[in-house]
Amino acid sequence: MNRDAVMSFLSSLVVLAAGLLIGFIILLVSNASSAWEAFRTILTFGFSGIRNVGDVLLGATPIIMTGLSVAFAFKTGLFNIGATGQFAFGGLTAILIGHNFTGMPDGLRIVFALAAATAAGALWGAIPGLLKAFRNVHEVISCIMTNYIGMFLVTFLIDRYAFNPAVGKSLALPEGSNLPTLGFEHIFREEFLPGFYRVSRVNAGILIAIIAAVIIYIILEKTTFGYELKACGFNKDAAKYAGINQNRNIVASMMISGALAGLGGALLYTSGTEAMGASNVLLPYGFTGISVAFLGLNHPIGIIFSGSLVSYLFLGGARTQVMGFSIEVVEIVISVIIYFCAFVFLVKTFLGKHIGKLLRFKGDNA
Amino acid sequence: MYIIEMRNITKRFPGIIANDDVTLQLKKGEIHALLGENGAGKSTLMSVLFGLYRQEAGAIYKNGEPVQIQGPNDANRLGIGMVHQHFKLVHNFTVLENIVLGVETTKSGVLQIKEAREKVLALSKKYSFDIDIDKEVRHISVGMQQRVEILKMLYRENEILIFDEPTAVLTPQEIEALMRTMRNMAEEGKSILFITHKLDEIKLVADRCSVLRKGKMIGTINVAETTKEEMSEMMVGRKVLLSLDKEAANPKETILSVRNLTKKGKSGEKGSLKDISFDVKAGEILCVAGIEGNGQTELVYALTGLKNIDGGRVTMEGVDITKAKIRKRTETGISHIPEDRHRHGLVLEYSLAQNTILQTYYKPTHQSLGFLKAREIIAYANRLIERFDIRAGEGAETPARAMSGGNQQKVILAREIDRDPKLLIAVQPTRGLDVGAIEYIHRQLLAQRDSGKAVLLVSLELEEVMNVSDRILVMYEGEIVADVNPKDTTFQELGLYMSGAKRSEVAV
Repeated sequence: MNRDAVMSFLSSLVVLAAGLLIGFIILLVSNASSAWEAFRTILTFGFSGIRNVGDVLLGATPIIMTGLSVAFAFKTGLFNIGATGQFAFGGLTAILIGHNFTGMPDGLRIVFALAAATAAGALWGAIPGLLKAFRNVHEVISCIMTNYIGMFLVTFLIDRYAFNPAVGKSLALPEGSNLPTLGFEHIFREEFLPGFYRVSRVNAGILIAIIAAVIIYIILEKTTFGYELKACGFNKDAAKYAGINQNRNIVASMMISGALAGLGGALLYTSGTEAMGASNVLLPYGFTGISVAFLGLNHPIGIIFSGSLVSYLFLGGARTQVMGFSIEVVEIVISVIIYFCAFVFLVKTFLGKHIGKLLRFKGDNA
Repeated sequence: MYIIEMRNITKRFPGIIANDDVTLQLKKGEIHALLGENGAGKSTLMSVLFGLYRQEAGAIYKNGEPVQIQGPNDANRLGIGMVHQHFKLVHNFTVLENIVLGVETTKSGVLQIKEAREKVLALSKKYSFDIDIDKEVRHISVGMQQRVEILKMLYRENEILIFDEPTAVLTPQEIEALMRTMRNMAEEGKSILFITHKLDEIKLVADRCSVLRKGKMIGTINVAETTKEEMSEMMVGRKVLLSLDKEAANPKETILSVRNLTKKGKSGEKGSLKDISFDVKAGEILCVAGIEGNGQTELVYALTGLKNIDGGRVTMEGVDITKAKIRKRTETGISHIPEDRHRHGLVLEYSLAQNTILQTYYKPTHQSLGFLKAREIIAYANRLIERFDIRAGEGAETPARAMSGGNQQKVILAREIDRDPKLLIAVQPTRGLDVGAIEYIHRQLLAQRDSGKAVLLVSLELEEVMNVSDRILVMYEGEIVADVNPKDTTFQELGLYMSGAKRSEVAV
């Protein structure tokens, strides 16, 4: 392991610890008597049983995808804040296909739904990409706009074609339209009465997310395409000098970024756990993806872990509601922790300066 | 008794010792040159004296008394002033405002500029600076800006004046004037420390010279008793050939042909190109000389495709490439060593190996089916490292950012030469490099010429222009104002062309 990797890992730990500390203080202020218990729950609940581990992975799936989406664009020097819109658009596509293409065999239908959702996300990402490449519109602005357009489109289309008035959300998909669970239900379960199990709904989605991360890693590190993309991201003048077509790369990067988010949306809404809201609210997954990407230091493999970690915290946080903490307080605590993660690069630089110096001076004396 | 004595100064940065037990003694009223290659520790030592860095060991004495210099304000109080390589001026302030900035006289909060004006005028007259002190700094030439920096020190009545590579941005005439000013100031009793790596200037103006090499003080010599060859040997640590011995050029067919190139500048004259025509032939080094900012950058951008032009024609071996994309031009055999190696030449985040394939990563030798051939690329980089003697701590895997400037430049040179171009465009290829590296790069350019390549060299260094080129074009305000043979011209004449004071009819 090289020095840089050690520094990356250390700095992630430091920001996490700082975030946890502040989070704990908020818990104390909110309800001092059960703060410690709530804090312990946040820290340990995700590992307190095999079923919870399954749920952590289930929750990690969509945010690993949006994390990859943000990180991929970032490598090309673009800030894809539009992952939320792309995610929603992909999810919507998967839901509509799941409901309407029931003539298709189950296995084929899910593959088709995922593929179409990926394409839909790519399309949604292409818009800010094209605007940036050919009209020099800043991608953050156009991404925010596509987020809102995506949100309203979701409300409109769910309302019209797949609405379940009983819950105010999308209709549950027919069972055959969901992702296969691959027998995970026999692993990630807990017996609470003899013969009765609480089962995690973790499914093939997490494997797809991990495969996506590996593919992204390979694209970035092993291919000429990744070489071009990163050259544009690191130094666009040098990329231009080398005759690299930047505009094409900007569009391609935003499309791939969008595709990842779109697929993430499909993985969430075909997991059989979540219905799509039709109430004009921006989905949090794209924004969580930004924190996941940063916490994973924009490294595809790092993002598998940072996504799982964030999911772990969310799961434990949600559990603290049984101790009387309101969901809002819990979300503040989790947000604070994630917020601190945004300082990870700062901390890394700081550590690099100070701890790095210590290491070197040891070397000097030796 | 020395006016300034830096005793046994040691200053470390992570991984290197910039100054290792360095002792420097400055006599009152002398001009003391500080000579060394890039990275030898000259600027660090002066930054310690000026209070920008704190030394880890050693002490500074003024007139024999130990002094603590915690920052530039302390230095100023001790009468130490510095002209930085990059001027520290406020561009939309007038000359006068810049000079008084920081030491304004005020009366109940109101600026008292009148006394300041008289004092500045008197100083300016005394040194015949011929400067309009009410002009905004952005409207005056670089040479004038330097005078503003000097006036700043004089206004503060500094006794010890540090000049950090002051001649890098000046024309020969301006350099002469600066040398005169420095002499005058020394005669007035001011003591001058003069950082440079140009031996001619030391010979011309300095009394004594201290030589630094790799952070260590090699020695202090009396300039009058030492030859340039001896000084350069002290600086580099081995014998260096100061002038290139080259055979006469043997130009053959025309490779690059430029006709009536025009481009409008963004703000009037600056950055414009006016009706530029010339040819570069195989087997010759054509040099474009001129003061920075007279259209050379724009010309190179136009030839390499980095920027579009408004009119004219560019052909490579008869093929029109006026509107060709950059990649297309590269493929027709243009290699480009760019002016700014950090901006265009390298991706600093990439490794040495990754940078060697920047122009060729898409070729079958480096990829198959879109996958980079990692092993072949490393092997390729190792071949270049071997052939061009590139020094890097972790070999082919060294991050480009972690390499020294000279070795970064060698990576670019290696990449561009190894492509076996027909035309090599080298823009200030030796900027900021030390004597050893300069010598190396000049030899490589010559070798390219001798192997029948056309070489277009853009340089601001007259010495380089005169030494290396077979033909010289001088650019002034976007025009070619002279087309001369280096054998038939002098530094002085070139200087006149460069400053626009003289022009000759230029025929293609």
